[in-house]
Amino acid sequence: MAEKLEVKELDQVAVRFSGDSGDGMQLAGNIFSTISATVGNSISTFPDYPADIRAPQGSLTGVSGFQVHIGAETVYTPGDQCDVLVAMNAAALKTQYKYAKPNGAIIIDTDSFKEKDLEKAQFKTSDPLKEMGIDPDRVIACPISQMVKDCLKDTGMDTKAILKCRNMFALGLVCYLFDRDLDIAFNFLKEKFSKKPGVAEANIKVIQAGYDYGANTHSSVANVYRIESKTKVPGRYMDITGNKATAYGLIAAAEKAGLRLYLGSYPITPATDILHELSKHKSLGVTTVQCEDEIAGCASAIGASFAGALACTSTSGPGICLKSEAMNLAVILELPLVVIDVQRGGPATGLPTKSEQTDLLQVLYGRNGESPMPVIAATSPTDCFDAAYQASKIALEHMTPVVLMTDAYIANGSAAFKLPELDKLDAINPPYVPEEMKGTWTPYKRDEKTGSRYWAVPGRKGFAHILGGLEKDNATGAISTNPENHDLMCRLRAQKIEKIQVPDVEVLGDKDDAELLIVGFGGTYGHLHAAMDEMRAQGKKVALAHFKFINPLPKNTAEVMKKYKKVIVAEQNLGQFAGYLRMKVDGFVPYQFNQVKGQPFVVKELVEAFNNVYNK
Amino acid sequence: MSEYTAQDYKKGQPRWCPGCGDHFFLASLHKAMAEIGVAPEDTAVISGIGCSSRLPHYMATYGMNTIHGRAAAIATGCKVSNPKLAVWQISGDGDGLAIGGNHFIHANRRNIDLNMILLNNRIYGLTKGQYSPTSPRGFVSKSSPYGTVEDPFRPAELCFGARGHFFARCVASDAKGTVEVLKQAYAHKGASVTEVLQNCVIFNDGTHESVYTNEGRRKNAIYLEHGKPMIFGENNEFGLVQEGFGLKVVRIGENGITEKDILVHDAHCEDNTLQLKLAMMEGPDFPIALGVIRDVPAPTYDEAVNSQIEEIKAKKPYHNFAELLETNDIWEVK
Repeated sequence: MAEKLEVKELDQVAVRFSGDSGDGMQLAGNIFSTISATVGNSISTFPDYPADIRAPQGSLTGVSGFQVHIGAETVYTPGDQCDVLVAMNAAALKTQYKYAKPNGAIIIDTDSFKEKDLEKAQFKTSDPLKEMGIDPDRVIACPISQMVKDCLKDTGMDTKAILKCRNMFALGLVCYLFDRDLDIAFNFLKEKFSKKPGVAEANIKVIQAGYDYGANTHSSVANVYRIESKTKVPGRYMDITGNKATAYGLIAAAEKAGLRLYLGSYPITPATDILHELSKHKSLGVTTVQCEDEIAGCASAIGASFAGALACTSTSGPGICLKSEAMNLAVILELPLVVIDVQRGGPATGLPTKSEQTDLLQVLYGRNGESPMPVIAATSPTDCFDAAYQASKIALEHMTPVVLMTDAYIANGSAAFKLPELDKLDAINPPYVPEEMKGTWTPYKRDEKTGSRYWAVPGRKGFAHILGGLEKDNATGAISTNPENHDLMCRLRAQKIEKIQVPDVEVLGDKDDAELLIVGFGGTYGHLHAAMDEMRAQGKKVALAHFKFINPLPKNTAEVMKKYKKVIVAEQNLGQFAGYLRMKVDGFVPYQFNQVKGQPFVVKELVEAFNNVYNK
Repeated sequence: MSEYTAQDYKKGQPRWCPGCGDHFFLASLHKAMAEIGVAPEDTAVISGIGCSSRLPHYMATYGMNTIHGRAAAIATGCKVSNPKLAVWQISGDGDGLAIGGNHFIHANRRNIDLNMILLNNRIYGLTKGQYSPTSPRGFVSKSSPYGTVEDPFRPAELCFGARGHFFARCVASDAKGTVEVLKQAYAHKGASVTEVLQNCVIFNDGTHESVYTNEGRRKNAIYLEHGKPMIFGENNEFGLVQEGFGLKVVRIGENGITEKDILVHDAHCEDNTLQLKLAMMEGPDFPIALGVIRDVPAPTYDEAVNSQIEEIKAKKPYHNFAELLETNDIWEVK
């Protein structure tokens, strides 16, 4: 983990609205900056009009742009490049694309990308994205004109007047992406069009429609949250989101282990991008099956695992609920399986696009029977790669399902990712049953050191065997209801997980003489680290112990928890990790900082809360 | 000729109730597998939960006795990721059509090469006698003491509705008919559904009584064979003809009807209209159809998934992790 970190979240967002001069881009931009200013953001805007005021509609010279740069702290410039580019027509995309960040999101009105529009914008093919080398994953493509027409069809307005409201649809969508309060926009419009209440009403209707479109399609933008290391390590880098890094970690692990990668999944926000990403890479032999439901996603992965693949299933909290029974089956079958939980706000459908850490106890304990399962929580977008790789390694080497937890923010957030080299990653050696065991082998014979059973993949002669969800005799592998045997099997399965070697939890900051130890897990790492940095800059003695390995916990957990005078566990739930630590560490009573807002922590609030404890 | 015997697929001592249809079916499955000749180590038998789902424990193949209803989904992952395996899925009427109904229809729709066996005794046996989704309306059971007030699924209807391409039916106690049907189910590439009519001696004795004995089948069943006229009866005196939108039983020799007038079974016909009518026939007015009712070739999911992978491998320039990384925008920090 890097020592110096920078967390960026919404504190530096640039949005560029672009379209024809008559498209009202400036108005959209102005309203967006007004809303942001009202909630206390700092603003800098930059209008970019065409030189030719009466350029023909849809032509390259007729494009006007308006860039808004908003920030939590003082913003001095309108931003060099934008995080979101709104391109209302083909010409706007062509001329304004250069202002977008490499991973910035692009919103286009597909209704203005018809043959004629493309011609006017001097595109040579019918696929402008491909022609410009734009990754379609970055593009939010929606038929804005048509939706605006539908939205206002009963108002009696003529088509020309209706289409003038397209800018408000784009604005509504941008407001959704950045969680802006629409009421401010509504008031602005009511005031501006106080003499034309009809126009105000139409615009308000369209803003709401754009906002709802974003919500309905679970639109999101990468780059709204970044953790960057300030210390630059030489090497080659790429930009990566957490979900993409997770997919890459699985691909790397499968290749390292020499196994086919199988993903059984069902679409669910915010985990679906893992399915999307892996579905692209068939040239690597990756098999993805979009199943009929969450249950089948997990169940089919168990079938694939039995048949000898590195099998995975990806989902979010509601999907974990449905997969729990199958996950439990993998526990008793003792087959490798990686279950990815990209956490979102709950309970039930909850806040599908927002981030929480509320699934912790669910993945640890939400199954019937004694059902031990390793749990790893990725700490940042780039750490998703390592966490997915480690989850695969543990699953394959210890013959167990493993839960990899990420969350909506690190999954959609991005960071610079130093390209890993496969041969420098840890080896992955599944415990294939040795040939010499033929004749004496039974399915639950265990490796003495790890406690793991051996893997006999179908196709191997002399090792045919039946696994199942019913308890098995430890020695023979046959169904058994013997009480002593069941007790033994429960213990053996638990011991197997306890024996997994995980690295010690590292104490960062003033590890020798901290007055306060901050404790967290998973995706809050960047924020907690930044809070610690700020307190140390204030001259306080503070340390941070951030957990990635949740089950089993690192061996030094109790020692670290008891070493410091004051300990505060900060998490995005009502105290699940604190409770878990209290169960695992005798006599441990920490302070707690809990927020369940669906939003990432705010460093300022953390510092304030930690200082309160510090000064007690 | 296969190098295997039924013994090579057999393991352990079944614990089903004496007289249970599962015993008969298991013996037929061993025999059919031996005749098919796929090695035990290349065979995976996957079941859910229920009396019949104990079956994998009595197989000397690879296999899993999994969780209730999920056998088809688990078998799907197994077949897609390891297409060399011959995968058999064993479910009862509760496992396959109630809790596992969703997986049943989607396995059929995808047409994945699974041999899906549906052991239908129209009752929940393992939980001691509740009505199942195939129990007839009005059925009295522990959970329906005054009779059920719901209609049953008929497996063929569900299979055809889900675009199934193979449906066969046999009676557990009829070893010859069962082995024959299982061999054809295996030979069919794609999802095959074989409905096995079987008795539950404890909770639903006599449910398929009319066709459970040789004598009963001679009277009340018709064995369908592709390309053969649909003739049945103790003395082959009856036949099936089409009348209007339906089927009709006629007596050969009466009203000028000769064998030439009898419908010839076409299991390979893509349109399943008449096949469905055959599958839906019920006594006492009609015979119960046994044998392969529908067997239509179609692209299979497992083959399509794997051939798409080969196709994309040939098209895309990156084939390992290191090459994948290079497809991104990369910059260097010095």
